[in-house]
Amino acid sequence: MHELSIAQGILDIIRENIPQGDGAKVKVVRLRIGAMAGVVPDSLDFCFSAITQGTPMERAALEIEHIPLTAHCLGCGKDSEIEPTLFACPLCGGLDLTVLTGRELQVREIEIDDMSGANS
Amino acid sequence: MSVITIERKVLEKNDEIAHQNRALFARHGTFVCNVVSSPGSGKTSILERTLEHLAGRLKVAVIEGDVQTDLDAQRVAKFNVPAVQIITAGGCHLEANLVREALKNLDLSATQLLVIENVGNLVCPANYDLGEAMKIVVASTTEGDDKPLKYPGMFRNASVLIINKIDLVPYLNCSPAQLRENALRINPSLVVFETSCTTGEGIGPWCDWLQRQCAPAATP
Repeated sequence: MHELSIAQGILDIIRENIPQGDGAKVKVVRLRIGAMAGVVPDSLDFCFSAITQGTPMERAALEIEHIPLTAHCLGCGKDSEIEPTLFACPLCGGLDLTVLTGRELQVREIEIDDMSGANS
Repeated sequence: MSVITIERKVLEKNDEIAHQNRALFARHGTFVCNVVSSPGSGKTSILERTLEHLAGRLKVAVIEGDVQTDLDAQRVAKFNVPAVQIITAGGCHLEANLVREALKNLDLSATQLLVIENVGNLVCPANYDLGEAMKIVVASTTEGDDKPLKYPGMFRNASVLIINKIDLVPYLNCSPAQLRENALRINPSLVVFETSCTTGEGIGPWCDWLQRQCAPAATP
């Protein structure tokens, strides 16, 4: 259950990036999460909604861009998507792989409703 | 509606502190390993046998991570090495800032080898850099030989695999050869040891290898 500390990390990063004092509400949080990042999206969603209650991020939707595990095969020299439980090049069966993507855990952008302050 | 581009790594704070820890270890010439496994695989038992074996050969210190109790630090302290217990109180892994705090209670200049025993968990500790030189993953024969395939992230990030409880193989439906093959498939560069803390089998080669990773003690 390290999703709680990840949710806290996301919250901290957003706090540093939202405009202060104008009642802006965060509507969408866009994340980039790799297949090998070890994050369960449902748990993250649950933790994030729990810790954002009473903050400008309350009820914000988490939109996750899933990044597949891809690797460069040193055997055949080609890049491909890798099955995490096999960890072999799907083209030549080679095991000598350099991981290219799949470890991402990033906050990409947020969408803000800046009018909520003016309307209230 | 407006969109604010952020593009930041969620774990960047942890990575920053881990980087500082690593620089500190380098300054003192301390070799640091982060020992990870599922609960009950024998991390603390291997540590006990290792401390026994390295007594008088290396200056060792230990950081113990557990969800509750300081039982492991008590076990380790019997070997007359400095030991600090981190209690995560529910947290399923150690983070770099917890290690940084624990370091305040250790004299790194008098430490050639620092062993950090992580919380028993094969998922979360894989993603948190503590500043260590390498991760050492322990998989015991009682857990079955398919663990590397189920938890590829951890086996991919480790440098060493210790297959523990090797003495129990006759009673189990687990093949150490298959376990090794599965692990090497996920990570061909793993250095593999087979140990038994009950019979002492394999502890010598593991400790000799570990000692070779450490810098010689500075002459006073």
